[in-house]
Formats: sequence, structure tokens, C-alpha cells
Amino acid sequence: MDAMAKLDTVFKALADPTRRAILARLVEGEATVDQLSEPFEMSQPSISRHLKVLENAGLISTRINGTSRPRQIEVQPFNAVRDWLEQYRVIWDANYARLDDVLADLMDQEEKE
Amino acid sequence: MKPLKLSSPTDTTIEIIRSFDAPRHLVWRAHTEPDLVKRWLTGPPGHTMPECDIDLRVGGAYRYVWEWSEGRMSASGVYRDIEDNRRLVCTEAFDFAPDSKTLVEQTFTEHEGRTTVAVRLTYDSKATRDAALQTPMDEGLEASYTSLDALLTEMA
Repeated sequence: MDAMAKLDTVFKALADPTRRAILARLVEGEATVDQLSEPFEMSQPSISRHLKVLENAGLISTRINGTSRPRQIEVQPFNAVRDWLEQYRVIWDANYARLDDVLADLMDQEEKE
Repeated sequence: MKPLKLSSPTDTTIEIIRSFDAPRHLVWRAHTEPDLVKRWLTGPPGHTMPECDIDLRVGGAYRYVWEWSEGRMSASGVYRDIEDNRRLVCTEAFDFAPDSKTLVEQTFTEHEGRTTVAVRLTYDSKATRDAALQTPMDEGLEASYTSLDALLTEMA
């Protein structure tokens, strides 16, 4: 998957409030499907579907611990999103740095008039 | 110079705030006179704005065209509200996603000879969703920013 397609998957995974809540829970520490289905008052299959979307996006991974399968958060995709947002910031920074120059010119012109 | 602030107060809005070391009437001119806009609103390195048309009245249209070595794109919209030197509200749509309309509200405030520009971009959810699938720029503006910011903060 190229970087943009990967970001697509990440944003789609994040577009759902339940999945964001699951991630917020996993930030506190790993949790199993059982542990997740309780606070969210959802069936295990529903939670599992959400977990699958998150895992496909690389936002979480499954750790194998005997018979237990706790899910844990993965930092890398968040860094990718942050890096992407940073590009957006860079574009606006550049636009506004040029605007600083335009404004300096306009002030010079006003002083001469 | 205050650095640019980029935030997402709600799921469908983005806010950009930046201060300029110039009086408000000049910042206003730089946003509303085509010859001045062309000089700074050029985006990524290597891009230029060869065309800029602005019909500055409520109901009037504007159009920006950008060019770079591999292509060309444009954005256009209509002015919805104009308060000279204070507030500029317009719609915005890019040519590759004409149905995805964004509302752009810009406010200009002056304090001790310095001007702060606050840009608020509001996406209707459909536009957000559609645009998110089409462009890297709009993609990043998709719905989940507030929560994402919170998560990033927690993870930092």
C-alpha cells in the first residue's frame, strides 16, 4: 500500500466514534475483546469487527499471550498522520511567509506616498 | 512573529490562525486584490498562480488557478459575506471535486498595528468524505481530527 492509500485506510478507521473510543481505551493499555465489549456495551462480534478495521489500518495489533489475545495500539500510523498534517502546515507557513513579504512591500509603498 | 496555529475545534472544521506585522487594511488588500493574492497564495514549492479573478461583492465569484511542472488545478467560489477590512466569507470548491463545497470564513483583527487572520474551514460531511477520497490536502481534513489530536497528545 502506498503512503496515501495507507492514510485513507487510517482516516476511514478513525471516522467512527466507537473505533476512536476503542483507541482511546487502548492508549491506557492493552485489552482483550472481552475487556473491550463490556464498557462499550457491544456484542463481541461488533467489537471484533471494529477491531478488524483498526488492525487493517495498522492502528492496533494483536499480541498472543497463551489463550489470550490482547490488542495493543500501534504508534506508527499516528506518526504518519502527524507527518501528513505537518505537510499541510508547511504549505500554509510558506503562503504566509510570502504574505509577510507582500505586506512589507505595501508598507514601504504607503510610507513613500 | 507568532507561529501559525492549526487546530480542529470540531469534527468538520479546521482553524488556522496567524499574525502579521502589518495594519489590517493592508492584510485585507493582500487577500482581495488579484495582483497581490497571486504573489503569496501559491501553495507548495514550484507552484505558481497564473490566474486570479476576484469579484469582491456578495454573490460575486472568485477563481484561483495554480500551475506546476506536472499540472494545473483551480479553486473557485462565491462571496457570501463581506465586511471591509474585517470579515470575508466565501464558498470554496476545487475543480477535481466540484460538489465538495467548503465554507471559508476569514476574520481580520488589528491590535497595536499587528493583524491577526483567523481562517475557519467548515466542511459539510459529504464534501469532507468525498474530498477525503480524492486529494491529499482534503483527505487530511476528514472528520476525526479532534479525537486524533487528543490521542496524539496522550501518546506524545
